Amino acid sequence: MKCDDYILRVEGLKKHFVLRRSLLTKILTRERDCTVRAVDGVDLVIRRGETLGLVGESGCGKSTLGRTILKLYEPTEGKILFRGEDIAGWRGKQMDLFRRSAQIIFQNPYASLNPRKTVRDILSVPLLKRGVKDPKEREEEMVTLLEKVGLKPWHIDSYPHQFSGGQRQRIGFARALAMKPEFIVCDEPVSSLDVSVQAQILNLLSDLQQEMSLTYLFIAHDLSVVYHVSDRVAVMYLGRIVETAPTEALFEDPKHPYTRALLSAIPSVDRETRRKRQILEGVVPSSIDPPSGCPFHTRCPQAFTECRLCAPRSVEVDSGHHVACHLYV
Amino acid sequence: MLMRVRTVARNLCGLLYLICRHPSALIGLVILVAYVVMALFAPVLAPYPPNTGSVRQSFLPPAWQEGGSPAHLLGTDHVGRDILSRIIYGARVSLWVGVLSVAISMVVGLVLGAISGYYRGIIDDVLSRFAELLMAFPFLLFAIGVMAILGPGFFNLIAALTFKSWVEFFRLVRGETISEKTKEYVEAARAQGQSNFRIVTGEILPNIIHSVVVLATLRVGYMIITEASLSFLGIGVQPGVPAWGSMVDDGRDYVRTAWWVSTMPGLALLLLVLAINLFGEGLRDILDPRLKVD
Repeated sequence: MKCDDYILRVEGLKKHFVLRRSLLTKILTRERDCTVRAVDGVDLVIRRGETLGLVGESGCGKSTLGRTILKLYEPTEGKILFRGEDIAGWRGKQMDLFRRSAQIIFQNPYASLNPRKTVRDILSVPLLKRGVKDPKEREEEMVTLLEKVGLKPWHIDSYPHQFSGGQRQRIGFARALAMKPEFIVCDEPVSSLDVSVQAQILNLLSDLQQEMSLTYLFIAHDLSVVYHVSDRVAVMYLGRIVETAPTEALFEDPKHPYTRALLSAIPSVDRETRRKRQILEGVVPSSIDPPSGCPFHTRCPQAFTECRLCAPRSVEVDSGHHVACHLYV
Repeated sequence: MLMRVRTVARNLCGLLYLICRHPSALIGLVILVAYVVMALFAPVLAPYPPNTGSVRQSFLPPAWQEGGSPAHLLGTDHVGRDILSRIIYGARVSLWVGVLSVAISMVVGLVLGAISGYYRGIIDDVLSRFAELLMAFPFLLFAIGVMAILGPGFFNLIAALTFKSWVEFFRLVRGETISEKTKEYVEAARAQGQSNFRIVTGEILPNIIHSVVVLATLRVGYMIITEASLSFLGIGVQPGVPAWGSMVDDGRDYVRTAWWVSTMPGLALLLLVLAINLFGEGLRDILDPRLKVD
């Protein structure tokens, strides 16, 4: 793939968190420091202008991956290539540029806005960062931004607690857009909103994407939302990507046993579909001590000896359809 | 800039309005203001200089008692000094010590607490252990020890009081910083490339300053009590400076015959600390469930 095809490419990315025990705990309980392997070797390509959906159960490392890509967390291992350049060593001016091009929208609209700041305060920070020094110009741009995300100009002097959840999410949007980014990580932007508001926000997302030619990494656990917005979908399990495919292909012909289970868990009113549902047994293993071999083998209905021994490599089974499973090697 | 001044003014007016609707906070504030006025205008308000008196006038009872004179409303002490005048002058020492020691403790606690809570790691370990060490000493005993080493005097007193008192602020600010730090608005600020200093002062601080203010108010009362205790023990401010604690001490030997010498400054102290606590707790009620701006 040529480098102008993709905006961001991740190679072997790992993010491990070390849980430190205090000296006293170590002596008394003999517990050692342990490592949480939140993201454990992820390869991912995000193409310019697309929406890549990232799905998985709670705690599988989706959000951590999103944040590590933006260098909000320092990666433990692996490469992040932004427009073909490794951002590992970026500091100062270069980092500022990266921050400008890559932004994030959060899940919780109540925690993502500083309760002590007005919309004006919230929006002036990124504008000042971008170098809009003239107050008049800034004011104008803020009004344009508010209108763009569907808010009124007179909202500018209001505090976050005066808005509803959906409106707050729009402010979070405006804040990200103020940087004029190319790439936005949407970390479950609609999962804490009402279904009716979800639709509005999703439409806003896709309108803005076309208008400003944005690229999204859309993190979600709601598969119907992902189906609605994504061009391609990546399925994550226990810190690894198990399957990547164009949305249609993934939903019509899921390859990985985990993806199949995930898809069959979509609620349905049709009795026939409900009967065929395949429910996964057990819970997600701990990422402190992940299983050997394929991380999914403990719950996989089709697991065999090989799965326990070595981790499967990702293979392309169809054009653009990658699966990491021993069934397809 | 003008916008900001207006916002601050509007918030202050809103706060004042809320205080007026909270009876105990209002009572506390009124008494507190009265004390501050008293301390500021002591030379004008006091009928006599604080340190002069004649032995012939000693042990005059308060005006409403038999033998009392309207010239000395609250009576005189064992060397004939006017107790009311000394109480008025004594308010200066109490308020100064209370406000100054709390202000210094607050600044130290705020800076160290924010650093500790934001960066964690080794700095946090060292500072927290040191704070715990200081917490293990009883406050008054610690202050007596420090004063015994430094000797009496206004600034030594402030030093003795601050030396341990910053820990309270440190622990509060550290805890609040840790809990605020994990919220997504801080991450958004990092995603915008804001510096750590900016994040702490511009994003986190405005969210925790309210609990710090409440703690500060309540601590002022505690500091004043401690100062009075030290002055009572004779290791407070310089001898000769009228302080309520040493006035109580002066009358200690005559409590049976001339109760007013000890009681009057004691009452002044009681009323001031009561007012501070009423105000502080009222402020907590008003600010804690998040100040409604509009």
